Amino acid sequence: MNEADNSPEMTVVMDHEAIDAALRRIAQEIVADGEALPDVALLGILSRGRPLADRLAACIESLTGTRPRVGSLATTLYRDDLRSGRVPATVGNETHFDFDVDGMTVILVDDVIAAGRTIRAALDEVMDYGRPQRIQLACLVDRGLRELPIQPDYLGWSLATAPNDHVSVRIREIDGEDAVLLERGVSGAADEENT
Amino acid sequence: MATVSEGEQRVWTRKDLIGLEDLSRDELDMILDTAPQFLAVSERESGIKKVPVLQGRLVVNWFYEPSTRTRTSFELAAKRLSADTLTMNVAASSAKKGETLHDTLYNIEAMYTDIVVIRHSAAGAAGILARRHPSHIINAGDGAHEHPTQALLDAFTIRQHVRRTRGDARAGLNGLRVAIIGDIAHSRVARSNVWGLTKLGARVVLCGPRTLLPGAFTKLGVDVTSDLREAIDGADVIYVLRIQLERQSKCLFPSIREYIRLFRIDKESLKAAKPDALIMHPGPINRDVEVSSEVADGPRNVILEQVTNGVAVRMAVMHLLVNKPRVAVQGAEQ
Repeated sequence: MNEADNSPEMTVVMDHEAIDAALRRIAQEIVADGEALPDVALLGILSRGRPLADRLAACIESLTGTRPRVGSLATTLYRDDLRSGRVPATVGNETHFDFDVDGMTVILVDDVIAAGRTIRAALDEVMDYGRPQRIQLACLVDRGLRELPIQPDYLGWSLATAPNDHVSVRIREIDGEDAVLLERGVSGAADEENT
Repeated sequence: MATVSEGEQRVWTRKDLIGLEDLSRDELDMILDTAPQFLAVSERESGIKKVPVLQGRLVVNWFYEPSTRTRTSFELAAKRLSADTLTMNVAASSAKKGETLHDTLYNIEAMYTDIVVIRHSAAGAAGILARRHPSHIINAGDGAHEHPTQALLDAFTIRQHVRRTRGDARAGLNGLRVAIIGDIAHSRVARSNVWGLTKLGARVVLCGPRTLLPGAFTKLGVDVTSDLREAIDGADVIYVLRIQLERQSKCLFPSIREYIRLFRIDKESLKAAKPDALIMHPGPINRDVEVSSEVADGPRNVILEQVTNGVAVRMAVMHLLVNKPRVAVQGAEQ
């Protein structure tokens, strides 16, 4: 992260205004899809998906007067690379939501989608909690590089990247600022967070 | 060094859990920090109380001493991690036919076992096996030596309680006073707790009849006293050990009646304690011997919380040993 910050080749893909606009547009699309909003729940994938889910809920509330329920999904214990030793445990960042997902429209919210493996894990985790009527996916950035047949239903920004490009999403609640940064050709592998 | 610092994350590298004497403060914190997510798995109300963390792995419970709660807790922990479990019934096994411990374990391992949870009456049994065998060995009690997962669940229970009552999600055991009361000499629970609690920053005082209270413990930085009031005065936690009535034939203290008079935790003796001191017990309880029913069932007791937490802590240990995840320093950015 620090190396990226100091690199002259780093591009700001989205700034605060762009992120804000994207979230408002996604909120409009969710509302336009005509779901009965009391039955919509947003599950933010930890860690940066959670503040994004909270902001989406606020946008939806300002449009409709109804605030969807929001929860957090860790996904860690469902990852397919748990045995690799690369998996960061989510300390103080446990899955938490205080509502029943049975019959709900659950919208998973994440900052970046790449391989699609995090979402695969999230689907399994949600299913262990109950049987939602429907599960959708909202992502701020799609950086491509998919390894599983999973696509977002709501997307902020689509970005064509190579595996050795570094995409970092910075969210005010966690990082003190809002930004999506792209650095070309820096790392040997796709960012571990963005799976 | 069993942990490798990776920026703000630490990596678990240990193959086995033999005793808390071996573990660093960092490693204790890693286990305690890994446990809450597993507590949440057990607490799922309508959902599936399982995660696919050890799917397809085999956990063998190998118990040479009677145990209901520890064995059950390990079995449940393994099952909630989606592992397959097997319990070795030692009474009916080849131990009776003269097979050595190593040979029995070679046979267990020949069936591709991942984790072996062992309880044995000989101090050091788990450690000896761990050094020779490739399986992950978890000590579930070795003689009067250690019972590490018990002490871990005890520390976790205390920490949860401190965090809840202080409303501080990062509070630890630092500065807490913990009184452990009972047959210290024969207690692996006391030994593991002394190692664990002192490393986590608590002050420990051990209390019991002189014959059951080795003075050597003072070398580990704990206080030792045979005066119950002195022990529990100012204690934040009162940890009551089970009086092993089966050892009473060795005449280590004059009579149960005298033990009750001098050391039983009851309403009367608790007058010397802080009003909000926690009452803990590793089970099984001899009601009205080491602790009165009134206190054991009273509002300060967290005895059943210890049981609940035991499953989560054992899940955390199995996950760490097998998957060796990175654990972020608590509160740090992920």
